[in-house]
Amino acid sequence: MDWPALSLSLQLALATMLVLLPLGVWAGRTLAWGRFRGKALLEALLALPLVLPPTVLGFYLLVAMGGGSALGHWYQSITGHTLAFSFEGLLIASVLFNLPFAIQPMQRSFEAIALEVREAALCCGMSRWRILRRIELPLAWPGILSAMVLTFAHTLGEFGVVLMVGGSIPGETKTIAIAIYDRVQAFDTAAAGRMSAVLLGISLAAIGLSYLIRPSPGRVQHG
Amino acid sequence: MHAPKRALALSLTLLWACLSHAWAGSPVVAAAADLKFALEQVAAGFKAQGGGEVRLVFGSSGNLYRQILQGAPFGLFLSADEGFAVQLADAGMTQDRGVLYGVGRIGILVPPGGPLKADAELKGLAQALADGQVQRFAIANPEHAPYGQRAEEALRHAGLWDAIKGRLVFGENVAQAAQFALSGSAQGGVVAYSLALSPALAKQGDFALIPADWHAPLRQRMVLLAGADEATRAFYDHLQGPAARAVMERFGFILPDAP
Repeated sequence: MDWPALSLSLQLALATMLVLLPLGVWAGRTLAWGRFRGKALLEALLALPLVLPPTVLGFYLLVAMGGGSALGHWYQSITGHTLAFSFEGLLIASVLFNLPFAIQPMQRSFEAIALEVREAALCCGMSRWRILRRIELPLAWPGILSAMVLTFAHTLGEFGVVLMVGGSIPGETKTIAIAIYDRVQAFDTAAAGRMSAVLLGISLAAIGLSYLIRPSPGRVQHG
Repeated sequence: MHAPKRALALSLTLLWACLSHAWAGSPVVAAAADLKFALEQVAAGFKAQGGGEVRLVFGSSGNLYRQILQGAPFGLFLSADEGFAVQLADAGMTQDRGVLYGVGRIGILVPPGGPLKADAELKGLAQALADGQVQRFAIANPEHAPYGQRAEEALRHAGLWDAIKGRLVFGENVAQAAQFALSGSAQGGVVAYSLALSPALAKQGDFALIPADWHAPLRQRMVLLAGADEATRAFYDHLQGPAARAVMERFGFILPDAP
């Protein structure tokens, strides 16, 4: 069992969740209620990681974050190391490929909040911030929780992107999924089996939880 | 409202700290996959001597070379082919022109009880190919793995390349090729001698060395990369010392003359 790799994966999943929670709430609300030009295109772009091969995303990230690119060069001049092959680089990759997993469930649950509810709250003189905290978030929480669970599980399991931009450095970019691949090549089937079982358990728990908190069709909320 | 928020922030910080490991900053060594088992032993010996932790990253030499060009933070690069190491030195990305640390050998690896027999001249392979008993045969990817290139040269030398070309499966590196060879889904493969000598593999397959003059020599060179620190340099020195050389010899490498 490669504990450092598991810890690193958990750290990456946690950090991805922390970044995507506010981003997802904001994007989910905007897409649920906003009416603006190019909305369909934006939604399609945000859903792209669902169908894009991870190696394609990995390739573009490698090009975008490498020492030869403007971003890579700028980052290197500030921190002294490249964005590719670093934890921060993995975090950026992870946030990007989790966008649909975080935003879509949140968007659906914000869409389910009736307009009258929000109007009533506004009429009562509540501030926008208070409405968000006291009305919207409590009503949308199953979607938010489900988004976070999916993001978490998906980050733990991501392989292709991590393989391409990570470089498999222990303690920095060698995640549990990469460690399994590595152990198989080292003829250490026992360790690979244990780690796979752990990931299977976590994934099963996560997906089970996300189904458990999905509102059942019989309980439609009326304001 | 503030207390729970602070508690959440605190518990997240604590969780983060628990998940963090104390080896940030220890040397990162990029090594050709044929060194997978040998170098782990060398690193363990280095640690036992008080040299500290070393982080090992294995892959095909060509892939590691590309990652170094793209800025991967490795301190030391052990290539299976001196060409990659020399190219990095020519590109000004190293501190020196490196040291030859061993000459590798290849051979045929087959799972016991399969249709193939391991022999040096690959006669068993030729026979099995003629009989149509070889569905899949594993080598490392010749595009970027030196051991794959040498495997191709040896198979060409034996006159088997055209017959076997359509049946090859390619490992990303030579360790994966060995794993494919013994997976039960392939009838065998041409892999590194150093892998076949590892305890994990030796009990799982039969191996025979292919004559060294059937392919260009696998002159393996290591170079200290531009960003290498003192700890990396210490490991580099250790690799040239008697303890590490003894390990390399045990794993079948022909050692260059003592420096």
